Amino acid sequence: MADIDYGGDGPEPLNDALITGNNNTYKSIENQITRLIFNQRTHPKSWLFVFVVGFLLLNLLMMAMTWLLYKGVGIWGINIPCAWGFDIINFVWWIGIGHAGTLISAILLLLRQQWRNSINRFAEAMTLFAVACAGIYPLFHTGRPWVAFYWLGPIGPNILGLWPQFRSPLVWDVFAVSTYASVSLLFWFVGLIPDLATLRDKTENKALKVLFGMISMGWRGSARHWERYETAYLILAGLSTPLVLSVHTIVSFDFAVGIVPGWHTTIFPPYFVAGAVYAGFAMVLTLAIPIRAWYGLKNQITMRHLDWMAKVMLTTGLIVFYGYVMEVFYGWYSGNQFEWAMILNRFKGPYAPFYWALVFCNGIAPQILWSPKLRRNLVVLFVVAQIVSIGMWLERYIIIPVSLTRDFLPSSWGYYTPSVWDLGMYAGTIGLFIVLMFLFIRFMPIINIFEMKDLLARMHHAHHAEDDHTATAPGSAHAALANAEE
Amino acid sequence: MAQIFHPSTNVLANVSLVAVVVLPLGLLVGGSAISRSPWNTHVGLAKDQPAPFSHQHHAVELGIDCRYCHNSVEKSPYSNVPSTATCYTCHSQIWTNSPLLEPVRNSVATGQPLRWNQLHTVPDFVYFNHAVHVNRGLNCNVCHGPIQKEMMTYKGKPFFMAWCLNCHRNPEEYVGKREDVFSVYKKYQMDQPVVEDEAKLSDEEKKKLADTHLTPEQAALMDSGDYKRSNDEVEKGKELLSKYKVKKQQLSDCSVCHR
Repeated sequence: MADIDYGGDGPEPLNDALITGNNNTYKSIENQITRLIFNQRTHPKSWLFVFVVGFLLLNLLMMAMTWLLYKGVGIWGINIPCAWGFDIINFVWWIGIGHAGTLISAILLLLRQQWRNSINRFAEAMTLFAVACAGIYPLFHTGRPWVAFYWLGPIGPNILGLWPQFRSPLVWDVFAVSTYASVSLLFWFVGLIPDLATLRDKTENKALKVLFGMISMGWRGSARHWERYETAYLILAGLSTPLVLSVHTIVSFDFAVGIVPGWHTTIFPPYFVAGAVYAGFAMVLTLAIPIRAWYGLKNQITMRHLDWMAKVMLTTGLIVFYGYVMEVFYGWYSGNQFEWAMILNRFKGPYAPFYWALVFCNGIAPQILWSPKLRRNLVVLFVVAQIVSIGMWLERYIIIPVSLTRDFLPSSWGYYTPSVWDLGMYAGTIGLFIVLMFLFIRFMPIINIFEMKDLLARMHHAHHAEDDHTATAPGSAHAALANAEE
Repeated sequence: MAQIFHPSTNVLANVSLVAVVVLPLGLLVGGSAISRSPWNTHVGLAKDQPAPFSHQHHAVELGIDCRYCHNSVEKSPYSNVPSTATCYTCHSQIWTNSPLLEPVRNSVATGQPLRWNQLHTVPDFVYFNHAVHVNRGLNCNVCHGPIQKEMMTYKGKPFFMAWCLNCHRNPEEYVGKREDVFSVYKKYQMDQPVVEDEAKLSDEEKKKLADTHLTPEQAALMDSGDYKRSNDEVEKGKELLSKYKVKKQQLSDCSVCHR
């Protein structure tokens, strides 16, 4: 895309323009995005390298899961007193990562934040893939996933003669996560339909035409289609918005409802939700920074986007850190010997290095994002995003084994060490995520084409349509611009 | 631009909309049906055994008591399958040249037990105690089906957890008198007199009838049929529960069977 003007050879511009450069047209935007699908030579060696790494890890996952099904969950490091280990740590970690996608696609849509347009598609894909990775853990920790659906779900009358325990947050979890997965999938797919139709119309390949024709479900782009699309999309956004808050709240209930010191706190729901968005934005940045560089999409995912994402990360990080401070404060203020012993155990116990690493990763390291200069240094931003991902993983590690191995009775204390299969399965789900994400980059439009065109139209018309800015529904501007172009 | 799809493909689109609703329901119903079918439960399917032993012949035609072979069933959690020495109490004298009994003779000669193929199993994480159940008056057939009729032994009941819980949640519907457990097979062998009106019988005749006549519940049990106890019978069941000191409210706790 040599004809895109990034604004000279200097550093990338940081203004409020959500699409930078002067030569952007509908066609150039469309080509920039569809090129990734139609011209498979666009993909650099880096794509192949990361994909191969992911694919190898995916094979490790297959091995780990096969061995698990053959031998049972005894191959993991879990045992009494720590019956929950990597399975739930990684479950919570992955579910949390998904949250940024929903926040970007639903809440920012309802708040009419146009900067979501260029990042919502792959953030939503990230959500789906993260939920898929998360779902593996609770299903496979049963040891017999083929019957797990009726152990976990309320399918009755079943041959057990039992319903799940509806008073248990683990059952709420099943509802929360499956609702989240299905609404996210629907939201992602509905948003894809107009773009799939664009792909159908642009491709020369007969087979691809039929394929995209089938999955675009007869989209013709008529005014009636757009009107229905906008309504459906808003309804789905409305459905997803409470999910951003409810899913991780319910995940936090898995712990908060238990009476174990370090779990039984009311602060868990808000700080889990903030932590989820925090980890999610770290993952969006992890994906966005290389993708925009590899595929010449810097004019669409601009420095402004990265800057705002860094600020969201900083904000949610501060909420999370506040949660840590409050945990310590209430450990002392409660006057409860078990709560205070739990805090001291975190400070000085066998897992102390992990705790202090957590404080560094989630509390201290992100503070450098206060500096605008460092925030706009992509290497620094990328590294901070990695540190945050590690930190959010450590958070769950601190919550789960550290509390479980030190409950009320010293006679039931223990120590949790993950087995090699725990590590293999964790690395494996990272591989699954990479593989799914990189296949998505190659075969689906990673940026919302029609929303970017709509955004471009708004930018072009912003200065002479000041009095029309109340008409914010994308469809109306889109229709107006389609006419203007003709 | 030419159309990609022929108008007839609209039918496929409509069918797929219906399928989205019907397929998951079908999977659910199909899955339920398969899990309840003999393909999964093995109910009614006789397995090959080293010797073709007939419960019908030994228990009914010859009238041998269950406990003659399964002699630990009243005392032990585990109801034993007899050793071939037990077979030899009779078969050292009769059918001594029968080719069907060749494996039994071999076993006795070599001291190697026969490997019967087990039909009734519970998973490793389930604790089951035969003696407890027999001593609460539960007849063999409650769990094993109409075993006295079986030429080749087969599994009589599905052994679902829901099936166990059905009794554990309503024990008064199933609990019985201790002395009735094995005597029903004796009654089963006798001719069942047709009684026109029970009220007209003399006391002596009534007593004789009680000794020989299967109650409707026992008749159903011998036939593997369902029987719903009357209110009076349920009250008697409750009395038996208090006599046996069975605490109904604890009987379906997880830890009763999953220890």
